[in-house]
Amino acid sequence: MAKVTSLDELRKIRERLLSDMKIRENSNHPEDLPQIKVSMGTCGIAAGAKEVMSRFIAELDVRGTEAVVTQTGCMGRCDAEPTVEITLPGGEPVLFGDVTPDRVPEIIDRYILRGEPVEGILPNRPQTAMPL
Amino acid sequence: MTDIAFHITDIAENSLRAGAGNIAVGLALEGTRLLLSVADDGCGMDRETAARAVHPFCTSRTSRRVGLGLPFLFQNAALSGGSAALRSAPGRGTTVTARFMTDHPDCLPAGDLAETLMQLVTGTPAANIVLRLACDGRSSVLRSADLTDALGGLPLGLPETATAIRNLIAHQLDSVFGDRLRTFRPSPFFLTTFCYFSGEMLCYSHNK
Repeated sequence: MAKVTSLDELRKIRERLLSDMKIRENSNHPEDLPQIKVSMGTCGIAAGAKEVMSRFIAELDVRGTEAVVTQTGCMGRCDAEPTVEITLPGGEPVLFGDVTPDRVPEIIDRYILRGEPVEGILPNRPQTAMPL
Repeated sequence: MTDIAFHITDIAENSLRAGAGNIAVGLALEGTRLLLSVADDGCGMDRETAARAVHPFCTSRTSRRVGLGLPFLFQNAALSGGSAALRSAPGRGTTVTARFMTDHPDCLPAGDLAETLMQLVTGTPAANIVLRLACDGRSSVLRSADLTDALGGLPLGLPETATAIRNLIAHQLDSVFGDRLRTFRPSPFFLTTFCYFSGEMLCYSHNK
């Protein structure tokens, strides 16, 4: 990508992105894109979540895959950090644990692009029984 | 936390958890003093909670009993010969400031600030982020609202927009700081003192 040094250059990038039909259709409906949330609490940061987030952005960019990458706070699974929650369009959020940067290409290629389950999906915590 | 950039991410996350809609991150280099500030308009804390917030066993979470972000920041600032402070008021938000002495041997490196600030700006659509950079009379202000406007509503978190924003932030950092944040060098005073005392220790252990 050419060096971006000003907001004007950013506007030019927008024009180029909008020339892609897919982006134009989804730009008003970002929920139609895969949503990738990287847990970025203190536990996540210490475990390397920043590198994982960077890797997601880089690998998606290389593949030309549109997805929205954001960061969120600790999702409560400090034992399995870095954790990443991925929501495919029309699907339920799925939490991946122990996501190292090396696992990112597999998650993108198999789960995000083909919908195939991969190792490391964390089950939801069991609900406690209601008191009688 | 192995570098100052980690603290920026961590403290800003506190602001988001407090419901902040606006977060201002300031980085200013005055001589060898690096001043970091994160100010938000979140729910804020009363005086008692703010006093306890820097303790490692104080957290607003219920899933665990430790909150290490602020204690680590205060510790790392102090280790570099600097200090940190927290001001907060209920309903008015919180401001965390930290001063790092970059010529101290124990000062953390700055880290990858461009990547960190990009992740903050693009990864937190719920908040307006303002970055204020300053060094030796040069300054720069970058607002996530301006980026959203330039991109005409495209999500900032798309891979291509995130990469472009990273480049833009890197350019702003270079314009303001040059290479001042890439390498922190211990001052001759610290080096001399360190070598003197190291020599003393070696002689003592040898002659023991």
